[in-house]
Amino acid sequence: MSTAIRPDAAQAISRPSLFGDAVTMTRRNLLRLSRTPQVIVFSTIQPLMFVFLFNFVFGGSIETGVSYINYLVPGVLVQTSLFAGSNTAIGLAQDLESGAIDRFRSLPMRRSAVLIGRTLADAVRSLITAVVVVAVGFALGFRPGGGVLALVAGIALGVAFAHAFTWVFTFMALKVRDVEAVQAAAFIPVFPLVFAASTFAPVENMPEWLQAFASRQPVTLTADTMRALFNGTDLGSSWFWALVWIAGIFAVAATLAVRTFERS
Amino acid sequence: MIHARGIEVSFGSVKALDGVDLLVADGEVRALLGPNGAGKTTLVSVLTTLLTPTAGTAVIDGFDVCNQPNEVRSRIGLAGQYAAVDNLLTGRENLEIVGRLYQLPKAVAKKRASEALERLSLTDAGDRLVRTYSGGMRRRLDLGASLVGRPKVLVLDEPTTGLDPRTRIELWEFLRELVDEGATVLLTTQYLEEADELADEISVIESGRVIAEGTADELKQRMGGDVLVAAPVDRNSLIALCEIVATVTGNEARLTDSGSVSAPVNNKVDSLVRVAAELDRAGIELAEIAIQRPSLDDVFLSLTGDAPTVEES
Ligand SMILES: Nc1ncnc2c1ncn2[C@@H]1O[C@H](COP(=O)(O)OP(=O)(O)OP(=O)(O)O)[C@@H](O)[C@H]1O
Ligand SMILES: [Mg+2]
Repeated sequence: MSTAIRPDAAQAISRPSLFGDAVTMTRRNLLRLSRTPQVIVFSTIQPLMFVFLFNFVFGGSIETGVSYINYLVPGVLVQTSLFAGSNTAIGLAQDLESGAIDRFRSLPMRRSAVLIGRTLADAVRSLITAVVVVAVGFALGFRPGGGVLALVAGIALGVAFAHAFTWVFTFMALKVRDVEAVQAAAFIPVFPLVFAASTFAPVENMPEWLQAFASRQPVTLTADTMRALFNGTDLGSSWFWALVWIAGIFAVAATLAVRTFERS
Repeated sequence: MIHARGIEVSFGSVKALDGVDLLVADGEVRALLGPNGAGKTTLVSVLTTLLTPTAGTAVIDGFDVCNQPNEVRSRIGLAGQYAAVDNLLTGRENLEIVGRLYQLPKAVAKKRASEALERLSLTDAGDRLVRTYSGGMRRRLDLGASLVGRPKVLVLDEPTTGLDPRTRIELWEFLRELVDEGATVLLTTQYLEEADELADEISVIESGRVIAEGTADELKQRMGGDVLVAAPVDRNSLIALCEIVATVTGNEARLTDSGSVSAPVNNKVDSLVRVAAELDRAGIELAEIAIQRPSLDDVFLSLTGDAPTVEES
C-alpha cells in the first residue's frame, strides 16, 4: 500500500494563494448549500410571501406613482438581502462551533478565504433568490420598462448590497460566536433598516423626523435606485449615494471581519 | 522535531498552561496524558498555531509557531478533539478540500483523498454524505484529513475518545503503521493504557504543567506496576490465600477492606497461572482473580503524592 503519510520531500511549499483558497472555500459552501436545498426553498418562499401579501393587501392603498408591483419588487429584493443575512451569520457560527474553522486555521491557507468563501457563496444564493422573486413578480404584473440591461444592473446592485451586508453579519457572527444568539442579534439592525425605508411604501408619508433617517439610509437609496433602473425613470443622485453606502459598508465590515478573524 | 519552552497560556484568570516544556524527537510518538482540564487541548492549539501563547516559544521542524505559522501549518496534520468533518459533504469532498487548502494541485489532492480513504477503509463510504457516517467513521475520516498533506508531524487530540473497543484497537493499529512509516506523532489521551500501547514516551500533564515524563514502564515503576488481586469464596481462607500470593509473587501481599488480597506482580501471566495452581492444590476456591493495571487515577495519585518532578527553574 502506498504511503499516504510519509513526509513528502518534493512537496513544494507554495505560498497560499488567496484566489485559489477563496475558490475552494466558495465551492465548499456552495456544495453544502446544494445539499440543503430546503434552505434555498424556504429563504425564497419568505420573500415570495412578502410579494404576494404586500401586493394584494396594500397594493391598492399605497400611492407610489407606478404600479405597486413595480414598486414592490425592488423593495422585497433589498429586504430579502437583509433577512437572508442571518443565514450567513448562522452558517459561520455553526462552522465555528463544529470545529471546522479550527481545522481550516491549522492549514497553510489564507485565513480570509474562509470568510470570502462564505460571503461569495451567499451572494450566489442571493442571486438565485433575486431571480425567482423577479420571475414571480413578472407573473403578478411586474413590468420593468427600463430594458434588460437596466434590469440586470438593478439585480447586480441588489446582490452587491446583499454582499456588503453579509460582511456585517459575518463580523457579528465572529463577535457573538453562538448560533442562536447570532440569529437573534442579526435581526436587531435589520428591522429598522427594512421598515424605516422606502421598502414597501414611499418615505414621503412618514413623519418628518423619521423621513430624515429613512431617506438617507442605504435600504431606501438602494431600493430607489433599483426602481429607477427597472422602471427606466430618472436615476437622480440616489445611485451615487447607494454605491457610496455599499462600498463603505463593504470596506468597513470586511476589514473588521477579516481582522477579527485573523486575530482570533 | 517539536521543541516547546516555557509555554504559558492564560484565559482571563485561568492559567491553562503554566510553563510547559516539551521536546519530541524526529520519528517519536509522544503521548500527553492528563485528566479533563489538564491543558492538553490548549497545548495542542499552541503547537498547531491556533492559539498564541501568553509566554514561551515553540518550534516545529525548525519553524516558530508564532512567527512562521504558514511554514508550521504546511508541516503538521491536526485531528482535533471533536471530529471537524463536514456533514453536508461526502468523505471524499472533505478530504479533497483539505488537500486543496494544503495548496496541493487539484489532481494531487484527488489522488491523496483516494489514498487516505483507502487507508482508513472508507473507500466504500467515500462518496456518501458524512451525515450518514457512524461516530467511528467520522473519527477515521477526520484522521484521514490530517494525513492528506503528508505532514511531518501528526497532532491528534484524544483520537480514540468515544470509540468502541474494537474500533479503538483498529485505530491503534493504524497509528502504529503510520509510525512505522516515520511520522512524528503527538497524541493526547486520558487513558494510560492507550499511551502505553502507542507512545515511546509519555508526558503527564496536570493543571497546565508537565508533572512527569518517561516511558510507560518508567512511570509504572514509580507506581509499583501491575497488581494481582484475588478474592476467595470463603473469607476464612483469606490468610492462607495471602500467604500463597506472597510466596508466588515474591512481594508483600496486602489484605483489602473488601475481602481480597492484592500484591504487586512483575510477571503477570506467570503469577496468575502459578497462584491459580497453588490455590487448586490447597483447595481454596476463588471468587475472583485479576491483574489490575494502574489506572490514570493511580498515576496521578502517586505522582501528585510525590514532589513534582518538574520544577520551574
Ligand atoms: N477558551 C477558553 N476560555 C477560558 N478557559 C479555557 C478556554 N479553553 C480552555 N480553558 C480552560 O483551560 C483549562 C485547560 O483546558 P483544555 O481544554 O486544554 O483541557 P484538556 O486537557 O484538553 O481537557 P479535556 O480532557 O477535557 O479535553 C481548563 O481549565 C479550561 O477550563
Ligand atoms: Mg481537550
